[in-house]
Order: sequence, then structure tokens, then C-alpha cells
Amino acid sequence: MFVEAEAAERCRQAGLDPEICFYAALAVREAALNAVLHGNVFDPARILRVSMRNSGSALSFTIADQGQGFDFSRLPDPLDPRNLEHRSGRGIFLMRFAMDEVHFQRLQTGMEVLLIKHLPFLAERVIEESFRAGRRSLGASH
Amino acid sequence: MALAIETREVNGVTILDLDGRITLGEGTVELRYTVRDLVADGARKILLNLAAVDYVDSSGLGELVSAFTTARSRNAELKLVNLSGRVQKLLNLTRLSTVFDIHDNEAQALASFK
Repeated sequence: MFVEAEAAERCRQAGLDPEICFYAALAVREAALNAVLHGNVFDPARILRVSMRNSGSALSFTIADQGQGFDFSRLPDPLDPRNLEHRSGRGIFLMRFAMDEVHFQRLQTGMEVLLIKHLPFLAERVIEESFRAGRRSLGASH
Repeated sequence: MALAIETREVNGVTILDLDGRITLGEGTVELRYTVRDLVADGARKILLNLAAVDYVDSSGLGELVSAFTTARSRNAELKLVNLSGRVQKLLNLTRLSTVFDIHDNEAQALASFK
């Protein structure tokens, strides 16, 4: 899926850990799939709008559909033992795990999901990169 | 990469070697039909080998659950073996690790069937 690969690349460019990038891209994939399946209900006439932005302090991903929307305050808990064997209902849970913030907003025509991943301060990233480079030059195995 | 499924039998256990991604539309339907047909044909011990599964999304998790409940509805056992770290983590996060009987290697999994 293009948006998933693009989200992973944006994370990588932002210097985030590959594991964090993996889950962030999964979250974007889940949001996009929800939008196509449940929002736009596979209607090719309905538009899926995705935007990605790096503000310097956070990566944000916005996914908007043109569907009916849903009541995001009344989502069933997928961890409830009564729901564990349900086939669906884990996408938003995974988004919340992967991201620092997940926001839903009803639009005039559709629903918008905003996923935010905070970026470590630049100084922290420089120190971490220097540390990694130092370990590489010392031939550290891990 | 779509999901490829190879079927073999060892000591009365039907093993499905899955290779690829378990995600919406990428072989999950085939997994569903394969398990459904196996239990309809009388298989009662099914082992999903996920050694070559590198990615599962929420739809894929749902398909694994569906395979499990389909098997159970016909009095069959369905277990998992050889999960990657990421797949294991997703199962832990979603508490599906409490639903499935999960094993680290095939020998251990085979021995666990009654």
C-alpha cells in the first residue's frame, strides 16, 4: 500500500527508530483501510485524502474519507474478553498503540483521522546518532 | 507479497506453511477457505506455521481468529508456531496470545496435539 510505504519513509527521514517506523506505518495503513472500507465503502467516486507533515517536533498524518462517519466515543474494547474472538475491531486500537496522539473529527462530508508521532528533540537525535556512529567506528557488534 | 500457502501432514497434524503477509485482500481469503475446507474434509489438528510471515495487520489478525473459531466450531484444534517477534508482539498487544495455543518450534507444537 502506497500510503503505508510513504509513511514509513517519512518516519525514516525523520530519524525515528525502525521499529517505531514500522508501527507508525501500520497505523497509517489501518487508518487508510478503515477509510476505504468503512468510510468510502469501496465507492471509487468517493475520495480518500491523505496528507503527511513533519513540523520538526512531530510527524502528523491526516486521513480523510467521504463516508457517514462513526461514533468514535463508543468503540468496543478489543481487549474485552467478550470481544477477543471478533474478527474486526482492532485497527483503531493499533493506531493508538503506535501513535502518541490519535484524533477523530467529523467533517461536513466524511471523517478525518489525525495521527501524530512526536519527534525527539533535535539535540537528542544528534547525540543518539553520534553514539551510533561511535559504536560503528569501534566495531561494536550491537 | 501476497500470502502463499503450502499444506503438508506430519503425524496426523495438517501443517499450513504460510509465506508472505496476512493482510486485507492479500491471501487472507485463501487462508479462510483453506481452513474451512480442511475442517470440512475432516482435519481435526491444524498447525499454522508463521515462520515466513513477515507482516500481519488488523485484518490479518481477524483472519487468524476466524480460522481458529472455524476450526473450533468443527471440534478441530488450530495452533500457531514459529511467530516472528513482531507478529508475537501484535498477538500480545491484542491479547490474542490468550486465545491461541502458540509454540516456539514445530516439534513442540506437534507434541502438544492430543
